[in-house]
Amino acid sequence: MTTAALLEVVETSGGRQLFAYGAWTALHARQIDVAIDAMDGAATSLPATLDMSGVDAFDTYGAWLVERLSSRWLDEHRPLQVVGLRNNFEGLLGAVHRVRSDSPVAVTSDKSLGSTLAGGVGAIEQALSAAGRDLAGLINMLGAVVQSLGQVVSRPRTFRLTSAVHHLDRVGWQAVPIILLITFLIGCIIAQQGFFHFRKFGADEYVVDMVGILVLREIGVLIVAIMVAGRSGSAYTAELGAMKMREEIDALGTMGLDPVAVLILPRIVALLVALPVLAFLGSLAALYGGGLVAWLYGGMSPEIYIARLKEAISLTHFKVGMIKAPFMALVIGLVACTEGFKVKGSAESLGLKTTASVVQSIFLVIILDGLFAVFFAAIGM
Amino acid sequence: MTDQTQQPVISVRDLVVGFGSRIVLDHLSLDVRRGEILGFVGGSGSGKSVLLRAIVGLLPKRAGTIAIGGIDLDSAGEVSRRDVASRWGVLFQQGALFSSLTAIENVAFAMREHLDISERLMAEVAMAKLAMVGLHRGDAMKFPSELSGGMTKRVALARALALDPEILFLDEPTSGLDPISAGDFDALIRTLQQTLGLTVFMVTHDLESLYAVCDRIAVLADGSIVAIGPMSEMQRSDHPWVKAYFRGRRATLLEQRNATAPA
Repeated sequence: MTTAALLEVVETSGGRQLFAYGAWTALHARQIDVAIDAMDGAATSLPATLDMSGVDAFDTYGAWLVERLSSRWLDEHRPLQVVGLRNNFEGLLGAVHRVRSDSPVAVTSDKSLGSTLAGGVGAIEQALSAAGRDLAGLINMLGAVVQSLGQVVSRPRTFRLTSAVHHLDRVGWQAVPIILLITFLIGCIIAQQGFFHFRKFGADEYVVDMVGILVLREIGVLIVAIMVAGRSGSAYTAELGAMKMREEIDALGTMGLDPVAVLILPRIVALLVALPVLAFLGSLAALYGGGLVAWLYGGMSPEIYIARLKEAISLTHFKVGMIKAPFMALVIGLVACTEGFKVKGSAESLGLKTTASVVQSIFLVIILDGLFAVFFAAIGM
Repeated sequence: MTDQTQQPVISVRDLVVGFGSRIVLDHLSLDVRRGEILGFVGGSGSGKSVLLRAIVGLLPKRAGTIAIGGIDLDSAGEVSRRDVASRWGVLFQQGALFSSLTAIENVAFAMREHLDISERLMAEVAMAKLAMVGLHRGDAMKFPSELSGGMTKRVALARALALDPEILFLDEPTSGLDPISAGDFDALIRTLQQTLGLTVFMVTHDLESLYAVCDRIAVLADGSIVAIGPMSEMQRSDHPWVKAYFRGRRATLLEQRNATAPA
């Protein structure tokens, strides 16, 4: 339908006459919108009439456009008289007239970014203060968990054993297959690369040293921690965030229960138990994978591999890896729970916080690993 | 009430809906006439919301037909389904507002998807819709998590009305509102129904709403409609559940109050 078929303008000596036809509905709103805005507020201040007897369909959009035109012309001291509107459409026009708001706001808010240098400095400042707040939140959570742990130690019956076992099943037992598979493959890859490159120097035998030390000291626990952060940390954040959104955490508070003791402590305890066990199993799987590759690809018999492994590694290497595991579990648990509690009302913030939880915990796990490397080197382990 | 001989806007025939071995709606038939407000009552768990969700296509049905404005949704193609979806508006029990959009963006969302209109008109009409349901200007830019329960319902109603639908489905519109807000909401639905010429399908538990706004009332029990008609007819019904509902303590009190002080 063309604009002309919807709205016609006739200038007469008695004033301007407008004739509306057809469907003044959302379907044609764009054309009517343009036609009405294009209409000049001519110099004449004669009264105008809008004859709507030709309109056979009318809705809020049509009514709004009529209202927009009449109010604009009213501001220009040229009243617009609407005539011929069908009875059942009049109520709508009246309703729109009543709610007409003087200055409508834009739907999309203007997000103009701060310009150039000042904006850049501001962004860095904001990022730094956000990082500071994150760290403070983490320490705050650590304090709450330690306090809660203290209460549990003084009254062991208050510990939520059922909950802790349930979470242990989820983050520990159910994670075993995937952890075994991943670490096995990592062990295979390290051994394969070792044989491929060491063979050039005739140093095949040292591949076993590399696999053993690397897996036990670093890779085993690090890969497992990263897997757990992605698998269980994200689940913790999403669960707690959804509880926060649905006011379940507030409900706990009003019942006189401490959310930290009920929700967080069992989760962190489960991680503290599960992660060292998973790291142990993961290391075994990686060593097994390395041995398999040594046998099939490197032509080293299992007996020799095991004998070399016994010579190459000591209990110290194993201890270095295992000591790190609970600390990494603590970091993952604290970050996941802190981020979960930070979720606000929207689904978007749940997604943001879950992402933040995984990114932060993996980052902190790697930082922690680096600090431990320095520490163990210093004490000669 | 409009012309009785007219084709019904919503026509449900022999509808069967079940979950597993449990049949919730058993060969249910229902007609909703153009321009009426149909109140839909039934005990908790009797399947009121299930019927509403089945009509709007959120639940699969096992048998039966549902026609909206003469279009059978099963045989309709994707285009006419989309078309039908722009002819109805649904108000969910919890509001179901998009949590990452502000109130006004929630209302404008369906306009943006379905209509080809300018940003300015979209903003103006969305604001007008919010004003029509009685939301203050300052609240239009708030996010759903910042709105109170009553405001959430109002925004959800404005969103349901965004495309000027012919049919409005309301799932417990007044639940969780204080009596004053609930009364206002009833009046609002009445006014909107009259000005916009809506057909309203309202699932409710609120006796006061039933008295105040509904043209007809349908009662759901044992998987099918056991009574349908205006309030006066409900009070004469012999079905035990209908009797208990409309002649129970609260209903009698309400009736006495209405009789002594007609609103």
